Amino acid sequence: MAQTILHKANTRNIADHGWLKSFQTFSFGMNYDPDRVQFGALRVLNDDIVDGGKGFGEHPHDNMEIISISLEGSLQHEDSMQNVAIIEPGEIQVMSAGTGIYHQEFNKNSDQPVKFLQIWLFPNQRNVSPRYQQKRYDTLLKPNEFTQILSPEKDASSVWIYQDAWFNIGKFEAGVKLTHPLKNKDNGIYVFVIKGSLKINGQELEERDGYGLWETESIEVETLTTAEILLMEVPMNY
Amino acid sequence: MKKIQILLVCCHPEISATIIRLIDKVEEMAGTAVSSPEEAMISFASRSYDLVLIGAGLAPEAESQLEAELKKRQPGIPVVYHFGGGSGLLYTEIRRALNRN
Repeated sequence: MAQTILHKANTRNIADHGWLKSFQTFSFGMNYDPDRVQFGALRVLNDDIVDGGKGFGEHPHDNMEIISISLEGSLQHEDSMQNVAIIEPGEIQVMSAGTGIYHQEFNKNSDQPVKFLQIWLFPNQRNVSPRYQQKRYDTLLKPNEFTQILSPEKDASSVWIYQDAWFNIGKFEAGVKLTHPLKNKDNGIYVFVIKGSLKINGQELEERDGYGLWETESIEVETLTTAEILLMEVPMNY
Repeated sequence: MKKIQILLVCCHPEISATIIRLIDKVEEMAGTAVSSPEEAMISFASRSYDLVLIGAGLAPEAESQLEAELKKRQPGIPVVYHFGGGSGLLYTEIRRALNRN
């Protein structure tokens, strides 16, 4: 029987900085909730909205796998490895901070907000050379199926990170039922509902709810409406 | 009010400066940065700390050796391996370590 943890959308911490509204599933910044620090190697899941023209000024990171998934609008990224990129909806960006990297992120547009998920995973190797990668995934999506968008494997179809983690994303019609197997039964899987409502192993979830499951080899997905779902399979012991 | 004294050992100057700035932003905390295990032991011997943060840049053997030496000198001292670099994780790691103690 799978172990589970449910994080309803309305129980997330809201950090409102005016230009930034950050809906935080796990403890972040000044917010500390001892019961909500991480799900295995998944340490940060922030659902951020940045006002037009605003953003995060240059700041350093180290030894963290930092993943951004744009949901609406355009996010401009610049870093100390001379990468300058714009992340659009349907794209995923990863940054292995390793020995240290500086970056800044801004809403490229002045007249509309950018909405994106900021996800941090603890790495399985420390002090690696920093690296950056970005890929478009929406062209790979097939209706009513999950598509792998991140893995530890350096293959061509998805971005890769220094952690035994696999992310899948999918867009579904209502009434779809499927079984999603985990890559590794010792991992856990964290389901984040981007849009719509659905059931995972019978647990009903609404938009922006999170649901973690572990000690299981697969999950049963049933969509109740049209839905967009992000699955994050991560090591529970890392 | 007695401040929580935090010793940061971090070889990466910009990350070190960022972490100290973040610590000092909190009224009840005060941070001191050093950039090597040797400097850490000298500072640790000269004044009292409530928590040690080990940050970027040390080799894994140096990290564990430093932790062992700190704990030999003050067995209850919380030693936190802090990574990430920004403000995201810092306060949670500090509070969690102090609560544990």
